Amino acid sequence: MATPPYQENPYQQPPAYPAEPPAYPTEPPQARPQSGRSQRMSESSLRLVWVYPDLLSTYGDRGNALVVERRARQRGLNVQRIDVRSDQAVPTSGDIYLIGGGEDRPQRLAAERLAADQGLVRAAENGAIIFSVCAGYQILGHEFLNDRGERQPGLGLLDVWTGRGEGARCVGDVLAETDPQLNLPQLTGFENHQGITHLGPGVKPLAQVQVGRGNGTGDGTEGAWRDTVFGTYLHGPVMARNPAVADMLIKLALDVNALPPADTTWYDALRAERIAATRQPA
Amino acid sequence: MPGPDSEAAAVRDASLPARAKIAVTAGRVAAALSQKAGRGSGSVIGGKIALKLDPDLLATLSDHLDVVLVSATNGKTTTTRLIAEALRAAGPVVSNALGANMPAGITAALAGGSEARFGVIEVDEKYLAGVARDTRPKAIALLNLSRDQLDRAAETRMMAEKWREGLQDTDAVIIANADDPLVTWAASSCRKVVWVAAGQAWKEDAWSCPSCGGVMQRPGDDWFCQDCGFRRPQPHWALQGTHVIDPQRGAWPIQLQLPGRANLANATSSAAVAAVFGVAPQVALQRMQAVTAVAGRYDVVQYQGRDVRLLLAKNPAGWLETFSLIDQPPAPVILSVNAMDADGTDTSWLWDVDYERLSGHPIFVMGQRKLDLAVRLEVAGLQFHVVDTLEQAVRMAPPGRIEAIANYTAFQQLRKAVAN
Repeated sequence: MATPPYQENPYQQPPAYPAEPPAYPTEPPQARPQSGRSQRMSESSLRLVWVYPDLLSTYGDRGNALVVERRARQRGLNVQRIDVRSDQAVPTSGDIYLIGGGEDRPQRLAAERLAADQGLVRAAENGAIIFSVCAGYQILGHEFLNDRGERQPGLGLLDVWTGRGEGARCVGDVLAETDPQLNLPQLTGFENHQGITHLGPGVKPLAQVQVGRGNGTGDGTEGAWRDTVFGTYLHGPVMARNPAVADMLIKLALDVNALPPADTTWYDALRAERIAATRQPA
Repeated sequence: MPGPDSEAAAVRDASLPARAKIAVTAGRVAAALSQKAGRGSGSVIGGKIALKLDPDLLATLSDHLDVVLVSATNGKTTTTRLIAEALRAAGPVVSNALGANMPAGITAALAGGSEARFGVIEVDEKYLAGVARDTRPKAIALLNLSRDQLDRAAETRMMAEKWREGLQDTDAVIIANADDPLVTWAASSCRKVVWVAAGQAWKEDAWSCPSCGGVMQRPGDDWFCQDCGFRRPQPHWALQGTHVIDPQRGAWPIQLQLPGRANLANATSSAAVAAVFGVAPQVALQRMQAVTAVAGRYDVVQYQGRDVRLLLAKNPAGWLETFSLIDQPPAPVILSVNAMDADGTDTSWLWDVDYERLSGHPIFVMGQRKLDLAVRLEVAGLQFHVVDTLEQAVRMAPPGRIEAIANYTAFQQLRKAVAN
């Protein structure tokens, strides 16, 4: 089937975006460095850093922190949760960093403060695990369009950049198949964004949507990842509807392939209900 | 909209311009037809038709009234009722008491206004600027702003900005909550502002300065922005414990039949509004005592031989206030959450609510999105039962008055279930 060229390579032919893409170093997705992490996790204490809840916690993002914390504790881990306000330095020694969704102006402020602070960038250089949602996902990219309609530099931790969609805002339930390499079940979540995020060759899509818009590029991709840095448009919050994602982050932090089982009865029931409802909206 | 047989309405209608007269009559006919067809009171459809026939009708109808507008994310229906009661000390009042708070519903309520001196009007946040332009109010009460239905509403700060732009030229006295930075910012461009320290338990939407984006400092009850100097204004009125403190430092006890800190705050703002019209706080507060349940909220009903109190909580700020007023453990608690269009279809907000505070209560969860609630409560480490119906929850609940907390459409369903 013939497709417009931008769908094959959205990065080179961005729709509805005036300027040419910024220069950046491209790297293919790599296997995560296997050493170093477990040493840093002192005395089985997981350092969970929630970045800027004062600016980026608009869509129940606290839920992601609560679910990761809960599921780590259920595995007998000590969890040290560090909520970092935007006038505080982001610690560089965290194991898992969460950065959430927010409105347009707080997003710009967050990008400015994270760029000035550099803590998250240094943590990423140390191989930290970073999971970002919506506005936070856009901030991790090379750039996004801010509340003033200007191109705002992001942190460049993910090889993506975000423009603004011309059409209707992407709002609604999402169902997506995850990248087989991540060994995760189907993703279910709720999206609510105007941004269109284009993926460069340095990342892979986190998932392919079956229902919903995802990155909004029209090619069905949703989110992006490389190594231990992840981005998604899914709220819900995403960990509450996909506890396997929380478990994946914990496994990466512990540098293990499996975790002791933890009950998922209610998560499973919620997933089944949401997946059915998304496939067949009322 | 009441029928056209009201004598007082006829007297007033006679003084309306011809176009307005036709519009009001047509609206009444439509309302009556809609009512006969079993579609509720018909007031909104009546108002819609009347406004179509005469777009200036709202302005015409409010011409002879002293209009008070009330807007907020939470508490506007109750506060509208409290203000209406207080102002009845000074003259007859017309009000959209049932919460139809968009232009059509407001038009319908005013068209039934007969000989009223005051129009006390609840206004949906999004329509405040337009309604303020049309009705030329004498006073506008701004209670609070917080996140609500983000899948369809404007962003919270944008709402404050809309208020700020829409109200800056108003001649009305603004009665504004000085403890809410977003409300303060919205009101601070107005000429006449009466500041009320009414409190705001929910703080998560105002950590960044609405004016410059700086990080807000919030020591104790105070708040200020370190970057631009925007700060909490000195309040004229305050809620202190269960007393209203007036501008002369008089302290007046609040004795309401409505529970909770939020209603003490609503009463304080209402007393400040009443004072604008010369009603003294002791008179206003005494009249507010007469208010019991408002549109079913806080109503204690008998169901299956048990006392069930119906509590409405639509968003994180509302749930926070509701948790602070429920009976102590081991009072049983029923939680019901829907995600229909009127509720907002994204349930992520459940994670902004501190359900951990329900520890010690036997908990029953129901509603369309009971499984979202179940996961939320599981992560909070709480014990709970998932049930299908109110009847089942009540049957399983241990002794004691049952607190039933629900969001918008779930609340309507509870009222229906108990035939309230």
